[in-house]
Amino acid sequence: MAADTFPKLLVEQAKKYGSKKIALREKDYGIWQSTTWEEYLEKVKYFSLGLISLGFEPGDKISIIGDNKPEWVIAELAAQSAGGFGVGIYQDSILKEVAYIINHSESKFVIAEDQEQVDKILDMLEEVPGVKKVIYYDPKGLKSYKSDLLAYFPDVIEMGREYEKTHPGLFEKNVENTKSEDCAWICTTSGTTGFPKLAMLSHRNLISMAINLGKYDPKYDKDEFVSFLPLPWVGEQMMAIASSLLFGFTVNFPESTESAQADLREIGPHIMFSPPRVWENMCASVQVKVMDASWFKRFMFDLCLPIGYKWSEYKFDKKTPPFYFKILYYLAYLAVFKPLKDRLGFSNIRSAMTGGAALGPDTFKFFHALGISLKQIYGQTEISGISCIHKDDDINPDTMGVPIPETEVKISEDGEILSKSPAVFMGYYKQPEETAKTVIDGWLHSGDAGYLTPEGHIVVIDRIKDVMSLRDGVKFSPQFIENKLKFSPYIKEAVTVGHNRDFIIALICIDFGIVGNWAERNKINYTTYTDLSSKPEVYDLIQKEVEKVNKGLPENAKVKRFALLYKELDPDDDELTRTRKVRRHFVEEKYKEIIEGMYEGKDSIKIEAVIKFQDGKTSTIRTVIAVRNV
Amino acid sequence: MAEGRIKDEVLLKGENITLSFGGITALLDVSFAVKRGEIFSIIGPNGAGKSSLYNVINGFYKPQKGKVIFKDKEITHLKPFEIAKLGIARSFQNIELFKHMTVLDNLMMGRHIHIKYGLLKSLFYFGPCLKEEVEHRKRVEDVIDFMEIEHVRKKPVGTLPYGVQKRVEMARALCLEPEILLLDEPMAGMNLEETEDMARFILDVNNEWGVTVLLIEHDMGVVMDLSDRVMVLDFGEKIAEGTPEEVQKNEAVAKAYLGDTEGAFLGR
Repeated sequence: MAADTFPKLLVEQAKKYGSKKIALREKDYGIWQSTTWEEYLEKVKYFSLGLISLGFEPGDKISIIGDNKPEWVIAELAAQSAGGFGVGIYQDSILKEVAYIINHSESKFVIAEDQEQVDKILDMLEEVPGVKKVIYYDPKGLKSYKSDLLAYFPDVIEMGREYEKTHPGLFEKNVENTKSEDCAWICTTSGTTGFPKLAMLSHRNLISMAINLGKYDPKYDKDEFVSFLPLPWVGEQMMAIASSLLFGFTVNFPESTESAQADLREIGPHIMFSPPRVWENMCASVQVKVMDASWFKRFMFDLCLPIGYKWSEYKFDKKTPPFYFKILYYLAYLAVFKPLKDRLGFSNIRSAMTGGAALGPDTFKFFHALGISLKQIYGQTEISGISCIHKDDDINPDTMGVPIPETEVKISEDGEILSKSPAVFMGYYKQPEETAKTVIDGWLHSGDAGYLTPEGHIVVIDRIKDVMSLRDGVKFSPQFIENKLKFSPYIKEAVTVGHNRDFIIALICIDFGIVGNWAERNKINYTTYTDLSSKPEVYDLIQKEVEKVNKGLPENAKVKRFALLYKELDPDDDELTRTRKVRRHFVEEKYKEIIEGMYEGKDSIKIEAVIKFQDGKTSTIRTVIAVRNV
Repeated sequence: MAEGRIKDEVLLKGENITLSFGGITALLDVSFAVKRGEIFSIIGPNGAGKSSLYNVINGFYKPQKGKVIFKDKEITHLKPFEIAKLGIARSFQNIELFKHMTVLDNLMMGRHIHIKYGLLKSLFYFGPCLKEEVEHRKRVEDVIDFMEIEHVRKKPVGTLPYGVQKRVEMARALCLEPEILLLDEPMAGMNLEETEDMARFILDVNNEWGVTVLLIEHDMGVVMDLSDRVMVLDFGEKIAEGTPEEVQKNEAVAKAYLGDTEGAFLGR
């Protein structure tokens, strides 16, 4: 392929589709506003020249912080076209983290969406001395800001137009000069401790990943994709940037985070790639809505779901269902699954993928029952997001699928999953010693424990350091149990403990919305989260859920005791990573008192804890946590 | 806050307004002057006559004595809809929206006074009416974007949480494109986060759109933070007026609120 960098791909696609095909679509004024490929190129071109006129030089970096909007991807491509690259910052990052990323990446320009993000940057100007300009694209509330540092996105595009008059052909020459080995973008990886690491991905990495993924999971230029997950995440870069530029499909941006679900339904995407949390939430919201539905709807749902489950089992076992069952499933599909799919916005879905963490097998089955061919993806940011995927006719809910073309996967002697492909990253930005620890002889060390099945599927057990054994030597994967627990709509988060102990215990966070709803229906009064999670009725409810999970666990690895935490786990308290994975060791340390109490056999534990609010204020909570035996 | 936000021009003036219902005097000889661009708050204990004053400005009540003057023109005896047309919009303490209509329809209704086509003309929708309608919708969408209610655009108002309904109520008033906005307890019954959001909306309306704001509010923290000037009413009489700092120090005000001269704490 001639075009080996993203700017070149963009030029090529714009030539091919011109003004006939839509590249980006954004909902604004309640209407979907389109940008054609030609306009897309034009905006990138002039924004890129605008950046240059403001002093952007080859090799310079930008940081982007904001919601998913066309401006986000335009800025990314503009920086690449100008011979630089950049990094996306999660919007909900705390200030310390934002400052670290901007400084560590030496960003000269910050693209910030709106007043909220601009305020963040302006408030800590002293900590980020390298920033030369802050460019915003939502002017609301910024009219009275007088700082010279600020520039408005369309104004920068105008500057680009002016600049072209004196420097004709500069953009085209710049695009020609981009090289496939150059760094295209930096993705932050959630370090399990401290600050994130910045993984550099080259054009070659990302494009080879998109080509190889496309071989197993084809995408077409008529496809629609809705970009609603954070763009700093490698998964969203895979789709909204790499695959979209390669295959020419349309990327849609929702109006606001709150309206994403409704906007998704309006578009009816063909492709969707989300972390498990999104699928789990959808699954939970279906379950809740069914609970609230009329008895007839509930009856139909309960009647048809087992048929769907059975159907998915046929599929997983690669058996052809008997003729009568096909008819039965078809009827169930017409009666329940088809309308339900429509409700979720999945009427057109062809390629549904989950990745980033393990998805509970039950959730997995649920979507297959609806007739959505959900596939598991396995990979790390360091390998451009993917190394393995389920093939369409070879889906197994217990595995992560097979390696994509040009990718080798093997298991090391310690049981660690290693992989090698052209998509393995360039290294961590300014941290060669970390890179050397991660990539050894070209093999990317994942830190995951796993094995290969005889069919060549990869199975991930857990993080190597997270596989645990009880005192009597029984091995168990906390994550596996936690995912089972989290399948209950009432349970938002669960942490299991048991390494070098006599039995397994679980700390559980209830889902405030859903349990709150349940409490209202059952006439249970409550005030706060803390209050609700200490109600004996809620304990009874969760106990039943834990008992259900225990039935599916081996005899010696069942959850023996559990307690409900008085607060939700939160990334702001460092208990979760930004992608909402539990920081196990941190949580175990923080709730040590409770855990020790549970092992000592106490039935109630007095707690005095300090809670930190977003604005920095703290308050002390005194409460008694009950412990239940299962 | 932006320089030159407040102009010298007096936009709205009340002169010696007295309003009584039978033997009860709701307002007694109240005078005030609001400058263009100001945020002017009216505070006072329950029953002090704050909402009555709004009703007088609106033309809903006719005062027995005194005048209301808007841009050098007396409006005391105009009908409420005529006053609205001049550019005075109001949000209500108890939400006054059509509960079964969608947010969008409620807001389009707010454009009512600007709609030029009549019933007959609207029978032929295509043509000028369509063009006008598109223009109105654009203004409404500006307000929707401004008040951050995109996600509920097509939802019936009655199904929305209280805090959001309050926002829709203010949005409806904004759809009139007013020069002056009368807000009646926009923060009542809101939690801290919703209050902060609302405060930001009020500041932005004032700052970005240049709308003069009259504010009745019981949350003193909000009043003291937002207002340029504050007027205090007690039993229908004006007992103080000035900057928030001045009013906080005023003994009569403390007395009206607390019943004695001790404790000057009007903070939250």
